[in-house]
Amino acid sequence: MRIPCPHCGARGVEEFLYTQDAGVTRPKDGGAEPTKEWTDYVYMRDNLKGPRKEYWYHSAGCHAWLVVTRDVSTHEILKVELP
Amino acid sequence: MSGFRIASGGLIDRAKPVSFTFDGKHYQGYAGDTLASALLANGVKLVGRSFKYHRPRGILSAGSEEPNALVELRTGAYREPNTRATMAEIFNGLEASSQNRGFSLKYDPLAVNNLLSPFFAAGFYYKTFMWPAKLWEKFYEPMIRRAAGLGRNAGVPDPDTYEKTTEFCDVLVIGGGADGLCAAREAAASGGRVLVCDENAALETPDLPANVKFMPRTTVFAVYDGGTYAALERLTDHLPVSDAPRQRLTKIVAERSILATGALERPMVFGHNDKPGSMLAGAVAIYITRYGVAPGRNAVLFINNDDAASLIPLLVSAKVQISGVVDSRPKSSDLVHDLAREAGVPVFAGAVITRALGCQSVKGAEIRLNNGGVLKLECDLIASSGGFNPNVALTSHFDGKPVWDDAISAFIPGNLPPGMEVIGKAAGQGINLNIQPCWHVGAYPGKSFVDFQNDVTVKDIRLAHQEGFSSVEHVKRYTTLGMATDQGKTANVNALALLAEATGKTVPETGTTRFRPPYTPVAIGALAGPHKGKFFKPTRCAPTHEFSEAQGAVFVETGMWLRAQYYPRAGEDWLAAAQREVNTVRNHVGICDVTTLGKIDIQGPDAAKFLECVYTNSWTNLAVGRVRYGLMLREDGMVMDDGTTARLGKQHFVMTTTTANAAKVMQHLEFCSQVLWPELDVTFISVTDQWAQIAVAGPDSRATLEKLVDAPFDIGNEAFPYMGCAELTICGGTPARLFRISFSGELAYEIAVPARYGNALAAKLMEAGAEFGIAPYGTEALGIMRIEKGHAAGPELNGQTTAHDLGLHKLLSKKKDFIGRALAARPALTDPARPTLVGLRPVDGVSIIRAGSHLLPVGAAATAENDQGHVSSAARSPSLGSIALALLANGPARIGEQIRVYDPVRNGDTLAEIVNPVHYDPSGSRLHA
Amino acid sequence: MRYSAVSVIREALRGHKGWKPAWRKATPAPSYDVVIIGGGGGGLATAYYLAKNHNVGRIAVLEKGWLGNGNIGRNTTIIRSNYGLPGNTPFYELSMKLWEGLEQDINYNAMVSQRGVFNIYHSDPQRDAYARRGNTMRLHGVDAELLDREQLRREIPFLDYDNARFPVQGALVQRRGGTVRHDAVAWGYARAASDRGVDIIENCEVTGIIQENGVVMGVETTRGRIGARKLGIAVAGSSSLLANMAGFRLPIESHVLQAFVSEGLKPLIDNVITFGAGHFYISQSDKGGLVFGGDIDGYNSYAARGNLPTVEDVCEGGVALMPMIGRARLLRSWGGIMDMTMDGSPIIDFSPVKNLFINAGWCYGGFKAVPAMGYCFAHLIANEAPHKVAAAYRLDRFAEGKLIDEKGVGAQPNLH
Repeated sequence: MRIPCPHCGARGVEEFLYTQDAGVTRPKDGGAEPTKEWTDYVYMRDNLKGPRKEYWYHSAGCHAWLVVTRDVSTHEILKVELP
Repeated sequence: MSGFRIASGGLIDRAKPVSFTFDGKHYQGYAGDTLASALLANGVKLVGRSFKYHRPRGILSAGSEEPNALVELRTGAYREPNTRATMAEIFNGLEASSQNRGFSLKYDPLAVNNLLSPFFAAGFYYKTFMWPAKLWEKFYEPMIRRAAGLGRNAGVPDPDTYEKTTEFCDVLVIGGGADGLCAAREAAASGGRVLVCDENAALETPDLPANVKFMPRTTVFAVYDGGTYAALERLTDHLPVSDAPRQRLTKIVAERSILATGALERPMVFGHNDKPGSMLAGAVAIYITRYGVAPGRNAVLFINNDDAASLIPLLVSAKVQISGVVDSRPKSSDLVHDLAREAGVPVFAGAVITRALGCQSVKGAEIRLNNGGVLKLECDLIASSGGFNPNVALTSHFDGKPVWDDAISAFIPGNLPPGMEVIGKAAGQGINLNIQPCWHVGAYPGKSFVDFQNDVTVKDIRLAHQEGFSSVEHVKRYTTLGMATDQGKTANVNALALLAEATGKTVPETGTTRFRPPYTPVAIGALAGPHKGKFFKPTRCAPTHEFSEAQGAVFVETGMWLRAQYYPRAGEDWLAAAQREVNTVRNHVGICDVTTLGKIDIQGPDAAKFLECVYTNSWTNLAVGRVRYGLMLREDGMVMDDGTTARLGKQHFVMTTTTANAAKVMQHLEFCSQVLWPELDVTFISVTDQWAQIAVAGPDSRATLEKLVDAPFDIGNEAFPYMGCAELTICGGTPARLFRISFSGELAYEIAVPARYGNALAAKLMEAGAEFGIAPYGTEALGIMRIEKGHAAGPELNGQTTAHDLGLHKLLSKKKDFIGRALAARPALTDPARPTLVGLRPVDGVSIIRAGSHLLPVGAAATAENDQGHVSSAARSPSLGSIALALLANGPARIGEQIRVYDPVRNGDTLAEIVNPVHYDPSGSRLHA
Repeated sequence: MRYSAVSVIREALRGHKGWKPAWRKATPAPSYDVVIIGGGGGGLATAYYLAKNHNVGRIAVLEKGWLGNGNIGRNTTIIRSNYGLPGNTPFYELSMKLWEGLEQDINYNAMVSQRGVFNIYHSDPQRDAYARRGNTMRLHGVDAELLDREQLRREIPFLDYDNARFPVQGALVQRRGGTVRHDAVAWGYARAASDRGVDIIENCEVTGIIQENGVVMGVETTRGRIGARKLGIAVAGSSSLLANMAGFRLPIESHVLQAFVSEGLKPLIDNVITFGAGHFYISQSDKGGLVFGGDIDGYNSYAARGNLPTVEDVCEGGVALMPMIGRARLLRSWGGIMDMTMDGSPIIDFSPVKNLFINAGWCYGGFKAVPAMGYCFAHLIANEAPHKVAAAYRLDRFAEGKLIDEKGVGAQPNLH
């Protein structure tokens, strides 16, 4: 798998780390209570087939966090954006 | 003709004789020969014994699909089992031997398995060996293991070296045959970079344009995502032992690829079709044309298509007698009839070979004629062709399922990996002319082999179906068909057809043939490349490494880092050295490299606000010139890391992390900045490697450092108090950063200079502290002192602990949002019964408490129900004896009680008193001295 | 027919004419009392124990492809119960005990081979972490030994003791751990369940979950509608897809794990060995292949195939630990889809839908758990109460904070 980094060009997957689904958003107002909104954000995932947005980190490159749209059924990379 | 070598012809170099041994006997071949061709030239037909039944086996093919002729090459540490004789190039002095046999290849006592084979039908082992249960490991399994397996691994370290590289190209052509070379020339015409990989040695160098790189002896063995291909280049396998790398793993990144891997012939399935002397017709042709070897003197052809017809004149030219052409097609074809007539050879149309005759090799063929009559022909070679399978292996490494083409009775490529195109025979073009399949010859009661290497017969496939294993995947797994080193290249399609017949379905309804990477087996050493032994991972040395070496340090691996563990003096073991170092710090002054802790330089107008987000405690109120301890949580509320952060300027902070988490924290900060709070104007960079940082600790640390600090900077207690920081110069102008922080609990500083001055700074400090008895100290002493002080470190920051667990809940700000705040408040994480940090001391004052011990109530039975926590860290303090930190249920409420410290895996069982985790100077007065 | 040496000999002498299909090829009935989705290890074991231990009426197992095509047929065959957290240890020990009597129970030789699992350690902190784990095991009545370097060297002489980047210092050993022939587990449970009347229905893909007022009524399948009073999901790798059909989400991502086998070799490695300074584990199958694996690739995938960097990483670990395997050849690699949970531990629990139960989240460690996951899932479905050794595997533990995080890496599935 190769990811076209907007800063560095296409690089092998070994330079990147996937960490989490980019389809979830951190609750805006924070808050001190462990609400359902929080557990959903940290733990619950759709995890369906087809394209999804993911956070990848160019750890062995420019240290950019990337929002990668990737088809998890085929590994095809459809789009790479900065967050 | 000498032996079976034809007088002339072939691509071998007859001017260069090569001598080699097989099973200890000397033979001669020529440069360009494979072991297989050279053995055939010498009339050696028996090359190995089969996997299960130990039947005699010879050479079936002339390529990497070979299932039978597997040998051990070379000797000693270089021994390489399961090597295809058809792919091994000979060289002077090559030693090869047969494998999976008893005392000798010719007389193998395990051949008795062949007679007992009715008891060893497919899957028999699932039905027996169950009683008594204990005998499986002791008796049955060792017996099975000894009988199974093929060759012998040397059992000692592989002495060879391997390389890795990456190639980029516009077009990758896989297969250097006529089709591949033609495609390469065409692709090169448009100017791009073209690679051609061919798995064989090039006996003729092809003439190619300059922008084409031709790589012989290179097998493209796998296709990966993003146009990435893995190839193995055999660099010195064809040479005697050499210092050069043996093989090179090349990662090829190609815009597009052209698969020109041709087609693999499938053998006819008839009785005893595995006997030495039974070969693929196409292989016989290759031995004649490429190697100038006639694999027999008297041949019978057994075919169902027109491809093999061209073998007739070839055999004639090689002076091989042909006793007959057995063509299973009712009428054969004009082509076959014409060529046979020219050669004066009888054609038996509509006939089949029911079985090969002979004991250890083919001596004849029994033929069932189209009128039902039986005929026996003498021969020493049966050349069979059951048609060709396009070599689709690489097309199925992705999701592509090969699809059945009725016109040629073979699978052709289905969905292709992105960017791949298939040409020529690999695409099913120009093969299997006029084929009429003959999947097996019918009623012969003996063994007809489908998968030669795993000894799978027609009967096994039928039995699997009878027992309900009718899915092609079930048949494979139940009979082991296609699971051998050749992945069933010659077997799978015949097996599918047999299964289709058993189930009454068509081949495409039955299933398809799939292959997994690698195409041919690849040495694990080649995939590892140079990353072994000391080079398994990079080694990071601290900037005072040479200094520590000169001081006689013993080093310890800490992640990638090598850190000085202790500095033994004459007669000292690790404990004596570490305790002396602790005493030096506690009473005088010591120095320790702390560079390995992560250092992140953070700058920007919103730097303080940013720290508020990532740390649990408050930062906007930290004054310039001051340092604060910070605690970081993960979003799930668990402690992630801790460390001190210094404010060097209004918009300038330097954060330290633990050694283990340096990269993880950096990644986390980047995420917080780029994804969660992009509106904050802050930027940061890791400076771990840029600054050499040394802790100077002990009552005499100030007096030592004063000698280095340039005037007028004042490091006195009032001008530069505990938790102060500053940028300054030392030693007459060297830029430095000074932090008055302490891990040891003594008056202490950490001083940082540009990394290149690390050794020099250490030397200067030693000089300055000489009068106080200064000594360097290592991680052992560091560890003892941090446990004496009750500081949490790696074993406590294990990702399973909360701020409450570590007694750090006061650092959880109630006034702001921070990472981990909400989920840290979940009910189970705030339960006071959670194991919480305490100190332990042995009640008897002499026992040793070890980390990893569990804690049980005194007098309670050693059961899981009574397990109340564990010892996380333990040390042998020179002043306090055995001390420990522990995570104990309701810990802080139980200080003063006793607890049982239970360590059955090391036979430990003692009593401890629960104490404050800060064992040493709990008031902290020494820090402020 | 009962399998035994006698039956093997008798059939050999009469041309194997008497062998019957190992399990009945059932066709779907209109409805069942219990339907289990997933004809893998978990589903088949659940059906077997439901039929054997509980009186629940008619049972069916629905498999979308061929039986055992998921992770039960593509793992590295290791069994062990060397877990360190109290939520896990008794569960895996129950599994180990079931393995120990499995073959006699189901009359199928799955080649349970208790050859010992050796976890190598390379540093003092790692030794102490293993001691903590070994002591947990001992407190739960599980066997565990901590060997030092010289003790280990006597037992396993071929590790790189002298030139390693991360010196080998010893090992945590569970001698009762070992390997099992993976396919045989699926076939053996299928045969035994079928003998007890369970309908095993292959090539039957579930396409929808039928509910009325929050209560499960049955499933839509490629072979028609099948009614179910109770429904169990045991589809590792696809759990989120089935949950989605039922209208809820799980704390799971689907990651790809590769596994590898070498060419067949004469006996070389007698135990299961895991590397402590990299991700690598290995054993040798009875057929002679070295079966080994390492870390997951690290990204979500339903494609069930991995990439080259992980292959290289695994092989680097292998050669670093035991340099002799450098000349052994990798024969085949394959990928499986893992239900990676947010704390690295599984879920055996009720679902938000009434009468729908879920058995999921086995990460890359489900194989060893097969007997106990079946035993406990059957218990849950039949009694509508969790079995006591699986009581911690609740779905609400994420909201409660009762995580079972052996590695301590938090809510990032690919780190577990």
